[in-house]
Amino acid sequence: MLMWKFVLPLLAAAGCLAQDRPIAFTGARLIPVSGPEIANGTVVVEGGKITAAGATPAVRIPANAERRDVSGKVILPGLVDTHSHIGGVDGGDSSASIHPDARALDSINVRDTRFKKALSGGITTVNIMPGSGLLNSGQTLYVKLRDGKVIDDLMIRDASGNIAGGMKMANGTNPRGAPPRPGTRAKAAALVREQLIKAREYKDKAARAEADKKPPRDLRMEGLVDVLDGKRTVHFHTHRHDDILTALRIQKEFGFKMVLQHVSDGWAVASEIAAAKVPCSIILLDSPGGKIEAKDVQWATGAVLDRAGVLVGFHTDDGVTDSRLFLRSAALAVRAGMPRERAIHGLTMAGAIMLELDRRVGSLEPGKDADLVILSGDPLSVYTHVLETWVEGKKVFDRADPKDKLHQTGGWGAGSGDSAVHVDEDSEGQ
Amino acid sequence: MIRYTLAMLAPLAALAQLAVRGDLVHTMAGPPIRNGVVLIRDGKIERVGPAAQVALPTGYSTLNAAVVTPGLIDAHTVAGFTGYLNQPHDQEQLDRTTAIQPELRAVDGYNPREHLVEFLRDLGMTTLHTGHGPGALISGQTMIVKTAARGTGQGVLVPEAMIAVTLGDGAKAEPGKSPGTRAKAVALLRAELVKAQEYVRDTRKDKERNLRLEALGRVIAREKPLLVTAHRAHDIITAIRIAREFNIRIVLDGAAEVHQVLDAVKASGFPVIVHPTMQRTSGEAENLSRETAAMLAKVGIPFAMQSGFESYVPKTRVVLFEAGVAAANGLGSEPALRALTIGAARMLGIDARVGTLEPGKDADLALFDGDPLEYTSHVTGVVIDGEVVSRRSM
Repeated sequence: MLMWKFVLPLLAAAGCLAQDRPIAFTGARLIPVSGPEIANGTVVVEGGKITAAGATPAVRIPANAERRDVSGKVILPGLVDTHSHIGGVDGGDSSASIHPDARALDSINVRDTRFKKALSGGITTVNIMPGSGLLNSGQTLYVKLRDGKVIDDLMIRDASGNIAGGMKMANGTNPRGAPPRPGTRAKAAALVREQLIKAREYKDKAARAEADKKPPRDLRMEGLVDVLDGKRTVHFHTHRHDDILTALRIQKEFGFKMVLQHVSDGWAVASEIAAAKVPCSIILLDSPGGKIEAKDVQWATGAVLDRAGVLVGFHTDDGVTDSRLFLRSAALAVRAGMPRERAIHGLTMAGAIMLELDRRVGSLEPGKDADLVILSGDPLSVYTHVLETWVEGKKVFDRADPKDKLHQTGGWGAGSGDSAVHVDEDSEGQ
Repeated sequence: MIRYTLAMLAPLAALAQLAVRGDLVHTMAGPPIRNGVVLIRDGKIERVGPAAQVALPTGYSTLNAAVVTPGLIDAHTVAGFTGYLNQPHDQEQLDRTTAIQPELRAVDGYNPREHLVEFLRDLGMTTLHTGHGPGALISGQTMIVKTAARGTGQGVLVPEAMIAVTLGDGAKAEPGKSPGTRAKAVALLRAELVKAQEYVRDTRKDKERNLRLEALGRVIAREKPLLVTAHRAHDIITAIRIAREFNIRIVLDGAAEVHQVLDAVKASGFPVIVHPTMQRTSGEAENLSRETAAMLAKVGIPFAMQSGFESYVPKTRVVLFEAGVAAANGLGSEPALRALTIGAARMLGIDARVGTLEPGKDADLALFDGDPLEYTSHVTGVVIDGEVVSRRSM
């Protein structure tokens, strides 16, 4: 008891110190994403929020601010990873194909060193998802990579205290298998539609019933009602062109919010995706193949979708790709023709929009969370390192600190504490 | 037959008089040449020098690029063995029926038309050291081949390069089968090498042929090295211990924890083909460092870079990209390019043929529109044995 009494005031004080005094980052090249790059810019943060961001001469720095000279460096908004499996996350099991009741938040180990690795790659906001081995593997969780000890410290809540997150669904070969998994694509679609229709009826029944005659609570139905009500965006794992169209067809039938995830053949059906006004979160892999559905994956997908008018973001699918290499996704997209500013938008603002967090993160604008990344050079250069990562006004990664650098570059002891690397797309599902 | 074939090929080769001009030509045999020219005749490099000093002979077609390097060498891959569809029919890198199979020849498994070979070729890789993969105590042989090869035997620089050995968890057989432990795996390996020693010593003319011991006999005779994949520091030390016991040559492969035993590796004199810089940090590779190549360079351990083996997506890594990340993590660009060219060629014993742009060497070149190691640069052309094999912008 005595201990706690002693520790708590100290912690509170430390929190105040980090938050109360404004910090001004001066002289950096700013990439605000919300507007053009600024060659010599300053960002002021206070109380965990950005209070000013602009050309250095135009920014008024509060007299009591701590000044940090970052000239020669580059500042980007914190990166948003729209699809990751850090923390050893899981979801539904083999007892069924559809698990809208299973919550990622009940499975995540925040002490997994891959959280630190993600920060060392400049990532500050993450959609942590269960895998793609099931048609619906459960509820995803949107987190901020705050320096927390329990998952609750990382959750993102809205004004009414609701925990932000989506719903993971999948089609194609990964969720196929022996019953209760579907054996064909048509069966997979039928199972998903059947459950969504049930959820619609459950919702209608509950709405019609007198207060004392409500149907018994059904957690699975509640999860799907959240989807029907637009409270949970569906993150739909899909690769092949026809599977992409199936996802669009089901989305149209039930009218839910959706982000297409992976979208390997997206280049082949770009106009259909654009017409449906559905955003795409894509992954850039070093080579095609590895599974039949990824045989035609190409670096140009981002450029093609962007040109067609689709909102394009990126994801790591960590451990399919490493969170520390997230900037590289945009660079490879640019290599294949995506305009530079659209690719950087894809790492930041596009993800924020997809997670409906764009009022809080994704750009360097006053009023937004003070999530920023300080880089040694151009974000798309192989030679650039993430020097510092800040979340809500607190420094959470510092390359100058050997403990942090170990997470970034690896070395003796870097691996301990990692959860077994989860590869989203189990090869059994081929 | 041969006479007929050669006559057919000759007119094709005669067409391949080519001049490649680069704003920057990395010969890797001296400092880079600004505004340099490489003249190519009959598949070989004829002349290299500044454009002002090299007159363009008539009848040569020309190629231009911002940057020209020797064709890149992937010092260890399984491309051509582990196909991109990842289905049973295109997986040739590992037979798991038994733990020790040094007699498995690479040339009998290599598919020169595999999609990923073409993919790597169009990204500048002109020579691959490829073959049987890690995952069994002795999985088989490796080979060195040009990526332009299309037919059996064509483009093969070294049909039997090394014999692939795995130590550590990767050497363990499926549960219930042997070897099930590190100590048992090493005991089996030593027993096999002892048999090979005896087989080599047996000089009777009528001795029965034994393919397995013939292959290992070439290791005992120091004609071929073992390619030992080992990640944990203690497994690397085990590899060195065995090499000393049998007085054989080894090449250390993977070596995620080599940064913990640099002195011992340096003292051994054995080279290292370092794991892909961006390899996943899981299992025995959990402690890998992106700065390992830089550390090896610093202490003077000969090393090369590899794309390695990928069991899922991506089905292959790209050694050019792995070198870029190593360059950014302490190695520097010039040493990274060196590792991709002459460094790998020396380690693989093919430096008389490839690895630099010098007269008399094979005309293997990679063309770029910028810094070859940058993410956003493109490979704009690839030349192998004087023939333009790719003009894609990749």
